[in-house]
Amino acid sequence: MTPEAIDTTAAPGTNLAHAEHDATARQATEAMGFWLYLMSDLVIFASIFATFIVLSRNFAGGPTGRDLFDLSFVLLETMLLLCSSGTCGLAILAMHDGERQRLLAWLTVTFLFGAGFVAMEVHEFHALIQEGNGPQRSGFLTGFFTLVGTHGLHVASGLLWMAVAMGQIITKGLTIPVQSRLMRFSMFWHFLDIVWVGVFTIVYLLGVLQ
Amino acid sequence: MKETVDSTGASHGNTRTYTIGFIFSVILTLAAFAPVMIGGVSRAAVFTTIFSAAIIQILVHLHYFLHLDTSSASRWNVLALIFTIMIIVLFVGGSLWIMWHLNYRMR
Repeated sequence: MTPEAIDTTAAPGTNLAHAEHDATARQATEAMGFWLYLMSDLVIFASIFATFIVLSRNFAGGPTGRDLFDLSFVLLETMLLLCSSGTCGLAILAMHDGERQRLLAWLTVTFLFGAGFVAMEVHEFHALIQEGNGPQRSGFLTGFFTLVGTHGLHVASGLLWMAVAMGQIITKGLTIPVQSRLMRFSMFWHFLDIVWVGVFTIVYLLGVLQ
Repeated sequence: MKETVDSTGASHGNTRTYTIGFIFSVILTLAAFAPVMIGGVSRAAVFTTIFSAAIIQILVHLHYFLHLDTSSASRWNVLALIFTIMIIVLFVGGSLWIMWHLNYRMR
């Protein structure tokens, strides 16, 4: 990011402050790179949102959002994801304080909230498909399963990532690379919560209103 | 020596900022669900409420959870976000415009 970051010729190994500066600059670059990935992921989500909106009134004589969606169920899902975002923040604060046990505890809580969210979504999908309202039923349901399913897959990948991260914290300790990965994980997790705000507004709330 | 890593190169929050962000998000979520679930409000008012609640909540998440601000440290993150939003406006706005128009002409 800065010209100093590239300059590795100046007395290697003799200047600790310089080496530390290099490490910080490297992490800033990695965070920036991950941010660019998140932005490209946002474009993917936006395209799927556009597809969903175009298809959202093509019910093909099938059920509408009003018939299918239970808003109190969705509100609970939303709260689970929001709580997991909050506890993820607390986990990162524990990491900055160098408290491994507290970090692992908050990550576990975050994992359980996230797993609860995924379980509720799987339950919802299963019930819809059981009733014959799977993705093949109508354009609206194709769009619904694609959009909500893509978000759910992201959250499930986040759970896998969290499990690996907890394993690394236990086996490797709070090394700089482990901390750096955890920072990127927290960016990913908060990002998914932002996408969910769009999902519950456009898919569920507007779906029930239509 | 305490070694830490920043998310966006900007300041990383503290318990207070995460708590404020969390409370704001809960209030905004309830504000969006309540008029739809309880009803009794005009359609225009419901639409205005849920869309403004969503936009404010996204800004709250960006600021309190992802620590985006106007500081020079997060400038490139904000620039990348603005560029992405421009692409999205073209993608989503353009797609919806074309599809709406096609639908209109095929009736």
